[in-house]
Amino acid sequence: MTDETIPRRKFLVGAGLAGTAVATGLTQTTPAEAQTPAAPAAPAAAPSPQAEPLLLLNETEHAFVVAAVDTIIPADELSPSGSDCGCATYIDRQLASAWGGGAKMYRAGPYFKGKPEQGYQLPLTPAEFFTTGIAAANAWSRKTYGRDFDRLDPDKRIEALTAMQEGKAAFENFNSRAFFARLLALTMEGFFGDPIYGGNRNKASWRMLGFPGLPATYAHVIDEYRDKRYVAEPQSIADFS
Amino acid sequence: MVTRLKEVDAVTIGLGWTGAIMARELTKAGLNVVSLEKGQDRIPGEDFILPQVRDEVRYGQRLELMWDNSIDTLTFRNFANEQALPIRRIGAFLPGEGVGGSGIHWGGLHWRFLPSDFRIRSALIERYGASALPDGMTIQDWPVSYDEMEPFYDRFDKICGVSGKAGNLRGNKVDGGNVFEGPRSDHYPNAPIKSSNAALMFGEAAKSLGYHPFPAPIAIASAPYSNAEGVALGACEYCGYCNRIACETNAKASPNSTILPALRLDPKFEIRTRCFVTKLNYDKDAKKVVSVSYTDMRTGEEYEQPAGIVLLTSYVFSNVQHMLLAGIGEPYDHATGKGVVGKNYAYQFEAGANAFFEDKELNPYWGSAGMGMVIDDFNGETFDHGGLGFFGGGYIMGNTAGAPPIAGRTVPHGTPEWGSEWKRATVKWYYHAARFNTQGSVYANRDNYMDLDPTYKDALGRPLIRLTYNPPDNEFKMSAYLLQKLEGVIKAMNPTHYEMHPRPKTFTVVPYQSTHNTGGTMMGADPKGSVVNRYLQAWDAHNLFIQGASVFPQQHGYNPTGTVGALAYWSARAITTNYLKNPGPLVHA
Repeated sequence: MTDETIPRRKFLVGAGLAGTAVATGLTQTTPAEAQTPAAPAAPAAAPSPQAEPLLLLNETEHAFVVAAVDTIIPADELSPSGSDCGCATYIDRQLASAWGGGAKMYRAGPYFKGKPEQGYQLPLTPAEFFTTGIAAANAWSRKTYGRDFDRLDPDKRIEALTAMQEGKAAFENFNSRAFFARLLALTMEGFFGDPIYGGNRNKASWRMLGFPGLPATYAHVIDEYRDKRYVAEPQSIADFS
Repeated sequence: MVTRLKEVDAVTIGLGWTGAIMARELTKAGLNVVSLEKGQDRIPGEDFILPQVRDEVRYGQRLELMWDNSIDTLTFRNFANEQALPIRRIGAFLPGEGVGGSGIHWGGLHWRFLPSDFRIRSALIERYGASALPDGMTIQDWPVSYDEMEPFYDRFDKICGVSGKAGNLRGNKVDGGNVFEGPRSDHYPNAPIKSSNAALMFGEAAKSLGYHPFPAPIAIASAPYSNAEGVALGACEYCGYCNRIACETNAKASPNSTILPALRLDPKFEIRTRCFVTKLNYDKDAKKVVSVSYTDMRTGEEYEQPAGIVLLTSYVFSNVQHMLLAGIGEPYDHATGKGVVGKNYAYQFEAGANAFFEDKELNPYWGSAGMGMVIDDFNGETFDHGGLGFFGGGYIMGNTAGAPPIAGRTVPHGTPEWGSEWKRATVKWYYHAARFNTQGSVYANRDNYMDLDPTYKDALGRPLIRLTYNPPDNEFKMSAYLLQKLEGVIKAMNPTHYEMHPRPKTFTVVPYQSTHNTGGTMMGADPKGSVVNRYLQAWDAHNLFIQGASVFPQQHGYNPTGTVGALAYWSARAITTNYLKNPGPLVHA
């Protein structure tokens, strides 16, 4: 159990180590692990996780994001954890980008709830929506579990995210399902997008999938590799630059 | 303070496919043409380059090339008794922004409509009787025939360097091509692009069932090509980054890569970017648009540009909005069914399937947007609808359009969306999943239309277009039939597992579905039932020519761009050969 008195930044460093321990199967069993008993060590990894400076998120928000992306993308035999792959960095940078600030978005009122078929109708920018959602999620987590989301045990994190995904987490004045959908989408972008945005460190997800990244051309290999797997060392934008 | 500029011979409102075609044809005829484009310029050698174009975050997710909704958007509701709300960020459809418009990020599928499509109302009545048409179906014949359009289809094929295999060459059926297509005067300019393993499997299975598979026709050059403007196009590299992204080899045809390289050299042509046309200034008595008003979005300054000919060459929604704001033509009244501007909105009815093949290696990340095999056995009046309970149809395609890792991972239904189990399934199936699509027609219905929104305004205070749309029963039945045929082909491919994806009963603007919006400024034989005549000339303003899919009376079971381009060349020829000599109505009502 976490000592609530430990300052968050220091706690985060500890959580990172604990996360590694879980992945190597050294601590108590979690439901996820129960399905894969002898989880092997995480594949060679991402460069050691350094504390990336934050552009937009505060420490509390960042701790939430790290805990969330590590639950969505747990370290296992296929890849390092979401945060070790840079997903939290990706999310911070996206929220700080023009997109996060609402660029190219129609923002005039009046505002009505509308039907789901009419899409997003809130006055908030994506960054405002996301940080407001984190605050609502942590408030709900405190009410439900007695502590912030990032201070929950791994099995409780899974339970909490599942409740949000299904819209069963009763956030105050906020749609937990919509918040989770954005969290999931951003995490996947960070995991699978080009490393230039701070996620997908060491092209970990591309190696995992067998996605070659950026080809100049496949024209010369298509016929030869019909019904044969073609695998190439993945290349990213930086590798071409 | 509005600055009144010197008159030009012609002005295009927007510079996508139709703006580029019209500007090129009219400058060649000696006219001075100005293109007013709301967005930025986009130049292949500067903006479509490696490695930047291979960026799924920037283009696939953040939609760099798409409509800027902070300037304008549209409002949407499913039914006329609901409150329409603004689409705050586009999703279901993705019109482009800037020079080239949607012609940069499209997939390049390049089709002609069937000869019978052009006279669909008459064809249905002849075959099934007038009483067979369902209530509310407001389809119309086109005022042009396939035979009239054919030379212009051919012209556009040769601009784009289309790759494909003819199935009907001057009336002779050719095995391996689309034997259902109308007669073509010439071969495709390029041989078909390579087929993927999944596409070949689809083709073999379709053939085993007695269908007529052929390689998809696509505006992506399979070999280096010099087009009808003398512009060099590159060969497809099968990079798998076509959709939503520009092509750096200029294999995928865009206005920027096929026409603008020649047009930009012509001193009679001028592009003004970031110029947002706000109004067509209409002289009702003279039946002319005397000028257009625009705002320079770099400074906010307003200008009035007089022009001899006005070419309305923007996207469907904007074309309709301009007509309604200017008061040209009678607005469609949903309550009474009277009026035409905004009528017969249609939205391509696509539905698909996924199949999984444990033992096949499909290398899903390579491909091009049209790297596929198609059957056209169930399109339009190609087949008998007697007793089926619906009209229309569409082509069915096994496609390999690339599998970019953010959006292109396919896992079976029921797979968790996150966690270790999700990850294992993602890895397990990535190389073994294939996707299929049906491109269904939409036979227009009286309940689907566009008008001006009473509440919401764009950045310059103009009312937004309000879209009222939900697919009618006819289209659900049509689509269920196509999916049933597709399911038969997929079963014959012997997959480990497959899933059919019918459309939900209520249309939503959130997930991407298709950018094929049509209608609102219909072409027709009679001013009572249409906005423009057979030459795309407005019935109520003889110097106004409306281009693009907004002139479609309904949408058929094919992608629209081939017909959009052909119509533009057809209209341009009417202007240069007839209208310039004798400005006035080209068709007398």
